[in-house]
Parts: sequence; C-alpha cells; structure tokens
Amino acid sequence: MTATAPTAGSSGTDVRLTAISKRYGSFTAVHPLDLAIPAGSFFALLGASGCGKTTTLRMIAGLEDPTTGSVELAGKDVTALPPHKRPVNTVFQSYALFPHLDIYENVAFGLRRRGIKSVKKQVGDMLDLVQLGDFARRKPHQLSGGQQQRVAVARALINHPQVLLLDEPLGALDLKLRRQMQLELKRIQTEVGITFVHVTHDQEEAMTMADTVAVMNGGRVEQLGAPADLYETPRTTFVANFLGTSNLITADVLGTSGDDILLRACDTKLTLPATRCTTTARTGEKLLIGIRPEKITLTHADDAGTIPDGRNRITGRIADSSFIGVSTQYVIDSPVGPGLSVYEQNIERDSRLAPGAEVVLHWNPGHSFGLDAAQSVEAGTDAGEGT
Amino acid sequence: MTTTATTSADTGTEAPAVTAAARRKKLVPYWLLLPGILWLVVFFAAPLVYQASTSVQTGSLEEGFKVTWHFATYADALTEYYPQFLRSVAYSATATVLCLALGYPLAYLIAFKAGRWRNLLMVLVIAPFFTSFLIRTLAWKTILSDGGPVVSALGSLHILDVTNALGVTEGHRVLATPLAVVCGLTYNFLPFMILPLYTSLERIDPRLHEAAGDLYATPLTTFRKVTFPLSMPGVVAGTLLTFIPATGDYINAELLGSTDQKMIGNVIQSQFLRVLDYPTAAALSFILMAAILAMVTLYIRKSGTEDLV
Ligand SMILES: Nc1ncnc2c1ncn2[C@@H]1O[C@H](COP(=O)(O)OP(=O)(O)OP(=O)(O)O)[C@@H](O)[C@H]1O
Ligand SMILES: [Mg+2]
Repeated sequence: MTATAPTAGSSGTDVRLTAISKRYGSFTAVHPLDLAIPAGSFFALLGASGCGKTTTLRMIAGLEDPTTGSVELAGKDVTALPPHKRPVNTVFQSYALFPHLDIYENVAFGLRRRGIKSVKKQVGDMLDLVQLGDFARRKPHQLSGGQQQRVAVARALINHPQVLLLDEPLGALDLKLRRQMQLELKRIQTEVGITFVHVTHDQEEAMTMADTVAVMNGGRVEQLGAPADLYETPRTTFVANFLGTSNLITADVLGTSGDDILLRACDTKLTLPATRCTTTARTGEKLLIGIRPEKITLTHADDAGTIPDGRNRITGRIADSSFIGVSTQYVIDSPVGPGLSVYEQNIERDSRLAPGAEVVLHWNPGHSFGLDAAQSVEAGTDAGEGT
Repeated sequence: MTTTATTSADTGTEAPAVTAAARRKKLVPYWLLLPGILWLVVFFAAPLVYQASTSVQTGSLEEGFKVTWHFATYADALTEYYPQFLRSVAYSATATVLCLALGYPLAYLIAFKAGRWRNLLMVLVIAPFFTSFLIRTLAWKTILSDGGPVVSALGSLHILDVTNALGVTEGHRVLATPLAVVCGLTYNFLPFMILPLYTSLERIDPRLHEAAGDLYATPLTTFRKVTFPLSMPGVVAGTLLTFIPATGDYINAELLGSTDQKMIGNVIQSQFLRVLDYPTAAALSFILMAAILAMVTLYIRKSGTEDLV
C-alpha cells in the first residue's frame, strides 16, 4: 500500500520508508509499506495492540533491521547505519531508563555522549519542563510510573533530534497529566520544529495531537490522512470502527440518480452522494453505508411528519439509553440492523425518547460514507479500545 | 475526655488477644530461622571458639595443651610465615584478575549472544564440578608435566622464554613454578567468577543497550557507561568468591608447586596434620581470616556496591 502524507508546508520529506517490511520467522509483523513523513510534522501511528507500530518505529530508529526496504532520513539513506549514528531519538514504550544513573544523569546522557560539557542549564530547563526539577538526584526506581515516563520524554527531547520517535509516551499518565503533556509536547513540537512520530493506540490522542494520522492494522497502513478526513471519510470498516464509533448498514445498490447512489436496506430507501463513496457501487451488488452516531437525529415516530425531506430515514425502537452528561447515548434496534448507536446532545430532551419508544432515525445523506461490503463489519470494534 | 475513656476501655478488652496473635505471627520468621541458626552455632561458632582457645594454648602433644593466653604465638607465626601470607595474597589476586579477564567476556557472551545455546553453555561452565577438585588439579599436573605436549609447545613458541623473563617459570619447566599454581587456581575458581557475573549480566534489560545506542553511545561507550556499571554486583561477588577461597587454598600449591610456592594454606595444613603444632595452626587461621576480612571490607567500601541496585 502506498500512502503519502500531505506536505505540511515545510522543507519536504524528513522520514521516508520505502517498501519496508519486517518478518519474524514466518510471521510478518509489518507488511511492505511506503511512508513519507514531512519535515516538521506531527505524525501519529495509530493502531491496536500488536499491529506493528513499535516494530515500524524501531526500524526508523535502527534498532531493528528491516527484512526488506529502506529508511531515508532527510534524503539520506540510513538503512545500514547503527542507531547511535542516526539523528533520531526514541522515547521507549518501556522507558528503558538507566537504573544506575540518577534522573539528572539519565537526561544528560545523550548530551554527554556528543561531547557537550556544560549540560547543567539544559538539563535543568528540561527537568523543569517535565515538572521534575526537584527529583534530579533520585534514581529511576524512586519515581512513579508517570514520572519515569516524563524522564524518558525529557531524555530524548533534550537532544533536539531531527526526528523524535515516541512509543506510547503518555500511556502511564493520568488523564489530567496526559492532557497537559499532550499540550506540552505539541507546543514543543511547534516551537522547535522537530518531526514527531508518535505511536499510540489512543485514537483521541492521535486526533488531537497529530497533523497526519496513519491507522495501522495487522502490519499494514489502512489509511493515512488528516484526523478530520479519517474521521469523516474512513475508507475501511476498520478505520470506521477504530476511530470513534460507526453504524455500518449493509444495503443493496439500486442504481444512481444524478450524483447520488440509491440504496435499499430492508425495504428502507437510502441515498448516498457518489463523492462520499470510496468504492465503486455496482447496481445489484451490496454496499456498506456508514453513519456516525452523533450525525443522526432521533425523532419520535408520532412526529415523523416534521422531518424535512431529503434526509435518510430509518425506523427503529429504543433498546437502551444512557445519560452521560453532555449527551445521551441510545442503542436502537432497527430492521436494518440491531444495536445502532445514536448520540443526542442534551439540549431539549424529548421525554418520550425512552426505552421501548418507536423512533425515526434521520440524517443528512452527505454525512454518510460508503464502504466496500466485502469487508467485515466488525473489523476494529473489539480492538477499538486498546487491548 | 469521654472519647479517650471509651477507646481505652474498648482496647482494654480486646487488646490482649489481638497482640498475642500478632506477636505469634511476628515470631514465625524467627522460628523458621532456627535450623539455620542451629547449624551455624554447631558448625561455625563452636569450632571458631574452639580454634580461638587453641590459638592461645601452650604445651605439647605429650603433655597436653593448656590455655595460657599466650598471644605471642600470633606474633611468632606472623614473623615466621609472612612470606607465605604475601605469596598467598599475590597468587590469589593474580588468579582473581585472570578469572575476571577470562570470565567476563565469557559471561557476557553467554548472557547476551548465546541465544538458545545459553543453557548448554552454562552447563559446560559448571561441568568441572562433576569431578572432584583433587582429580581436576591432578589432571593439570599431567597436562603441565615436564616434556609433555603443552610444555614443549610453550617452549617452541618461545612463550617459556617470556615467562622465564617474568620470573614465573624456570628453565624448561612449568610444573613447580608460580605459573603452574596460578594457572591451577585460575582454572579451579573460574566457575565461581562466571556464575555471579552471568547472573548480574543476564538481569540487565537489553533495551538499556538499545536506549544507550539511541542516545548516541557507541557500543564501547554503552559497555563502559551502562553494561559494566550494572554488572558491578556480579564483579564484586565473583571476585570475592574467587579471591577468598583461593587465598586459603593449599591443593594447587601442593600438587602444582614446589616448596618455593607454598601458600599459607599449606603451612596451616602441615602445622595441623604433620607438625601437630595446633596453637600455631590456629593462630595462622585466625590471622588469615582477619586479613581476608579486612581486605574484603576495604574492597566493598571502595567498589561502592551498596549504591548498586
Ligand atoms: N522479536 C520478535 N519476535 C517475534 N515476533 C515479534 C517480535 N517483536 C514483535 N513481534 C510481533 O510483531 C507484532 C507487532 O509487534 P509490535 O511490538 O510492533 O506491536 P505494537 O503495534 O507496538 O503493539 P502495542 O500497542 O501492544 O505496543 C506482534 O504481533 C508481536 O508479537
Ligand atoms: Mg508497541
């Protein structure tokens, strides 16, 4: 699969992977993949556990020899270079802090290896940045998991590498600190202009931080693009389910009318703008039509007449509803499929929308997307919340 | 006021039962230690006291020995046998250094590079233990025998010329020279060096090597700054396990050396078993013990192992 990230408007490509793959014995951890990461961009590799994110990162860092393909950094082929000669630094998933050195020396390690003598100010600033100024003389085992993780970030970041590789650097932090560190990392990245390759299985993190997100699945890049594009126009069921939640409805293609594709799912007629369909729709064959839960409006069956024309509509019955503050999440059983989800903003709540009520689900056809029906509808659902 | 009264009244009724149970629980570890303590008392403390009293006795085998608090035995033993003391320390220190030089690369290889051969190699390291110390040393006597293939090979390669110049061999012999004794010590105690080294190296997370490489450290720097410091507990344990028994050893000097290579162990052995001068033998043992204790303490202080892990 070839995927090229949109250029972030700066000095070209920083990391270029060409047909890179990794096999362990007969198991292929990463299938041949091409990737071009623009200089100065914040690039996220997103995927479920075991999909090959770390392996890809390690091949960029030089810690793993690719089975095939090459790695280029700033136009220079580094495939044969050992890690210590590559202008990249890694924040390891397991931190890998040096247990015999204190925090200060851990952070100073990279600077010292490059022969920089006066490290005091830089290390001090760095420790302040990750809010560990008071812990400089502690050993790693005297810190909490989250503190160790911040040391790992500081230890890599202090070197101002050309490319910073982050392997789930915020996994052990609590939500508040995590958000704080996300903003901090993002700020540093914009300020210093380092290319960040950020591995995560937290889709929210990937979407809030990255300019470009590559969604990986089973050793392949499924889709690559800006977070909003991925969310609004997923190309595979995996992406549709892994990034947020999607309702995927199997429908028969009836034909086309103007720019629209006409579909039928269980006697319900639906339309889909042809531009929103990433696969070719052939009359008589099946197609998956997807719609995000928050794009659907719920109307009680008694008020069905008030629904404007031109919207896709299906009927159903509320099976369950849960109030979660900003919104109410409904699970709706419908002839076209059981367990459809709908999120309604809590603005004016209709008290009739309770479990058992007959409702009409309707949405703007332009908000739906079409997918190839040959894929599993379930792909990415279980894996979605990071195993 | 009232609250205090009630609380104390409450605890007053329940406390004895609770604390008794708690105390019994606390004592469990000590009960478990009992066999070990008994063992130490019978086989370590008692002989130690007995030896201590022997060392300050005077008399002869015919008249019997009596405790006369004759501390001069210590001074006499030291003045008479200090060359053997010094020789013991020198031989044993040399053997320890050689063990470290040979054992470290081997332990490193087994820990990081051996892959699936790891266990087999570890079995090979301890395989010599399947035969007795004595037999193995006797085998070395044959290996190093005069005119044997090893000695002739060393001679024709002019290695003997070098060792002769260094004063560790003489003429066309290896047997009955310092070289032979040090070789024997090195061979016999090598596993005691390799095992702790391997254990501490094996515990090092290989990802630390990756992290060091990632932070611009060359493989050599990685070894100097990460691997070696982290293996210090193994180095200290290995050198102690080699140095301490090697200093007191007498079999290697007995079988591979001549009278000029006698170590303090040989002196103690002959005083006990041949001369039957028990006080001198006991005093020598105590001096040896104290000397080793002093050296070990100094060494541990210097190497600062308490800082590691
Ligand atoms: N040394 C190895 N030998 C064999 N298989 C390996 C090895 N390293 C990784 N794998 C396999 O390769 C696949 C990808 O591993 P990788 O570490 O890249 O996953 P990941 O996407 O980083 O997952 P996670 O989110 O859990 O960290 C996994 O299925 C893993 O079992
Ligand atoms: Mg990983």
